[in-house]
Amino acid sequence: MEQSIDWVLVKEVISCFFILAGVVFMLIASIGLLRFPDFYIRMSAITKGSTLGLGLILLGMAIYFNQPGVLLKVLAIIGFTSITAPVAAHVIGRTAVQNRIPFWEKTDLEEFRAYLVKAHLEQHISHDKYLEEKAKKEKEMGDAAGDTV
Amino acid sequence: MSIFQITLIIAMVMLSICLLLTAIRFAIGPTLPDRVTAFDLFVANVIGIIVIYTELTHNEDFIDVAMILSLFGFLGSISFAFYIMRITK
Repeated sequence: MEQSIDWVLVKEVISCFFILAGVVFMLIASIGLLRFPDFYIRMSAITKGSTLGLGLILLGMAIYFNQPGVLLKVLAIIGFTSITAPVAAHVIGRTAVQNRIPFWEKTDLEEFRAYLVKAHLEQHISHDKYLEEKAKKEKEMGDAAGDTV
Repeated sequence: MSIFQITLIIAMVMLSICLLLTAIRFAIGPTLPDRVTAFDLFVANVIGIIVIYTELTHNEDFIDVAMILSLFGFLGSISFAFYIMRITK
């Protein structure tokens, strides 16, 4: 009975299932990146969807190859992505808050505004905006000087 | 061509559609952080395509490419974030 099972076919079917599930998650993440209204919501969609999709695709490949070396490399890639994706998302989200990327108008910001005031993030501005304001101030000074003369 | 290879090619086509959608967001993204996150998804999609290509050609050497690419994508997004984060008081 056990000899009659075609193990290559079983491996192929399980691998195909995992890979199709992962690709569907990647497609959902891409559609979310295109359709969501706000930078922060888009970032959350990408971080979760693409990490899960990539993990499922890699697991499908590890099941198909059926070797310890390949499994080790696949686990290394899954570990790298699941460590680095939240860190990168956190850093980019913090940068976006400090650069005053606008929120969606339906976002509930009641508690977050208190955090912004507490951390004095309102006093920080990005370098480009700093140069812009400096140029504006210099122009005003020039105008005032022109008026006096 | 077996049904296994056909399934893998279908998965590759779907990942290519993902790359196309990400490229649209990369083009119309209103701010720079939008483009950085689109770049993140680019890297993830390319890793998926490399993995499926590895399975299609039975050549295990391409897995190393996926591993290096996952680390370099992290470095790219982090360096972009620190480039945007030049804060002056």
